[in-house]
Amino acid sequence: MKRLALLLLTVALPLHAGEIWVTNEKDDTISVIDTDTLEVVRTIPTGERPRGITFSKDFSRVYICASDSDTVQVMDPDTGAILFDLPSGEDPEQFVLAPDDRHIYIANEDDAVTTVVDTQTRQVVAQINVGIEPEGMAISPDGKIAITTSETTNMAHWIDTASHSLFANTLVDSRPRHAEFTADGTTLWVSSEIGGTITVFNVADQTEIGKIRFAITGVNADLVQPVGFKFNPEGTKAFVALGPSNHVAVVNMQSLSVEKYILVGRRVWHMAFSPDNSQLFTTNGVSGDVTVIDVAREEAVKSIKVGRFPWGAAMRPTKSN
Amino acid sequence: MPHWTRWAAVCAATALALPCSAAAQAAKTDVPILYLRQEIKQPPVLSNLDPVPEDLGLAGAKLAVTDNQTTGAFLGHDYRLDIISVAPGEDLTGAARQGLAMAPFVLLDGTASDLLAIADLPEAQGKLLFNVSAGDASLRSADCRANLLHTLPEDAARTDALMQFLVAKQWRKLAMIVGPTPNDQAYADSLRRSAAKFGLAILGEKAWTFDTDLRESTMAEVPRFTQDLPDHDVLLVADPTDDFGRYILHNTWLPRPVAGSHGLHAEAWAPVVESWGAVQLQNRFEASAGRDMRSRDYAAWLAVRSIGEAVTRTGSADPANLRAFLLSDAFQQDGFKGRALTYRAWNGQMRQPVAIVNDRALVAMAPIEGFLHQRNETDSLGLDQPESDCTAFGG
Repeated sequence: MKRLALLLLTVALPLHAGEIWVTNEKDDTISVIDTDTLEVVRTIPTGERPRGITFSKDFSRVYICASDSDTVQVMDPDTGAILFDLPSGEDPEQFVLAPDDRHIYIANEDDAVTTVVDTQTRQVVAQINVGIEPEGMAISPDGKIAITTSETTNMAHWIDTASHSLFANTLVDSRPRHAEFTADGTTLWVSSEIGGTITVFNVADQTEIGKIRFAITGVNADLVQPVGFKFNPEGTKAFVALGPSNHVAVVNMQSLSVEKYILVGRRVWHMAFSPDNSQLFTTNGVSGDVTVIDVAREEAVKSIKVGRFPWGAAMRPTKSN
Repeated sequence: MPHWTRWAAVCAATALALPCSAAAQAAKTDVPILYLRQEIKQPPVLSNLDPVPEDLGLAGAKLAVTDNQTTGAFLGHDYRLDIISVAPGEDLTGAARQGLAMAPFVLLDGTASDLLAIADLPEAQGKLLFNVSAGDASLRSADCRANLLHTLPEDAARTDALMQFLVAKQWRKLAMIVGPTPNDQAYADSLRRSAAKFGLAILGEKAWTFDTDLRESTMAEVPRFTQDLPDHDVLLVADPTDDFGRYILHNTWLPRPVAGSHGLHAEAWAPVVESWGAVQLQNRFEASAGRDMRSRDYAAWLAVRSIGEAVTRTGSADPANLRAFLLSDAFQQDGFKGRALTYRAWNGQMRQPVAIVNDRALVAMAPIEGFLHQRNETDSLGLDQPESDCTAFGG
């Protein structure tokens, strides 16, 4: 009986309070959304054209790709102050923080290179030539493989992080946008915006093991454009943003089939989960808002107005109790 | 003598140092592409502003070869671009025979009659040709050829796009000024056809007949010239020659927007297109050509990128294989206009959105929302299958 009471108490307390940080590409700001009140609680100025955003492992720093300032900004999330800028190569768009919490891998869209930066020494460690318009970045859970996707070359480039050299280049469908390893590191997913597919690779031998296609009743096929996506922590479902079709697909990760489409705002880009993974926040570039999805019900429950052209999203837990 | 240049070869054209060695190890597939141009003597126009770039079209093909080389370098596909430019009055078909012997993939830059003359040469049979310059509806209809694809939208697609926009705005009453050249007349015909297609009325027309240098007297002449047109919502100008159209804006008798060849105009590509990742393409083009990208550059870029996409996906450089792939449902081209681009299987025209622009901004991207089509909304622009008399594609 006592245990049950304790459990109820635990649920009632906002142990999982948190914030969603959204980069507004056309406002040069970040909108910070409180995951309890679902309101914007802070708006923080950034460098020009902020896109990719990620927190350090202990959430003491936030890294922001300021694409048109040609830098990665490092910010103190409590004060909003810029601590320092990292060298990033030209036009950084997306990046990924390595599991070592120290190296970041940056896609330089205008330069056809991937830049590796040591956030402690603030030095460029390596630059790797990849295809034209690199965009999607991923790193394997063991940190041994980094992936860059190139939008015009239509490839996923597999980088050996020990030698900073390419060891495989695999074709995907037109305009690859985003890449993610599953939590167990055995498969890699790559979305192709114009091709309208997600390609799933077996990491061990870089072979294609499946392809996910999407079809929404009443929406022309060429407007169904997969971009950002997120896996749920159980590793059973993937949530896929479908761009100008204004829907998020729920994909069964075992069967690679679509189970549901959720209507969200216009031109949906990227996503972040709340700290307890009960809510999913999508950035909607054209409508300038964020849709909150109830993950259990797989339904949109609220829209939150943010800045102009929201793009990236990242979660930070807060200590509210 | 025609001017012949070899522009790009092997790894020299690409910034990728590493994959060149990788490519050397893989089995190599050569993909020779030819850009064949009939130069024309530009007609005199009133304004000295905005001369036609000498490398119009060509600059797009060059950029696309560089783009193709990056994927090609990883896969062992080697793209090469040769350029033959024939001066006015010189022997185009002779140059074409010579060029077709070198390359199975040819971009054609000339008039509709030039293109037909080349497509019908015995040397052109079994080759794959791309029209990057001629918007004539006839080439997509009765005069279509099985070996000729079109990456430039037909004029009808551009005028349809404009009319869709006017319908959406409820600007239904039109008047038109038509220039004196055959090109002006053909464009006016296209505007008339599109207006009828979308139920808009051209209530009055006037032919442009001025034969003086008008530049210092536009405020005196243009209001009087437009005064006796029936009342209208929009004044259409048919002057693709770019002679007088620019002087009509803001000098009309009634305060009305101008559309057509000037003012609000519909293009395959324009420097103001910046969404859908287009800024990347605009930046790459400007860095490589030193100027803005125009529709013919874009059409040439699309043609070479189509060849690249087909070679990448099929692993073949055989024109028959590539033609079959390009016309199939499997082909999709990213064109930085928000939708996948494909070819119409009934006449070889690339299906693509059309940008409706002014000089400073994208106004709308057609197909305009609400114009539906049973197959693909983009087929609401230009010659749809029932309207096309093309039979060379088995239709």
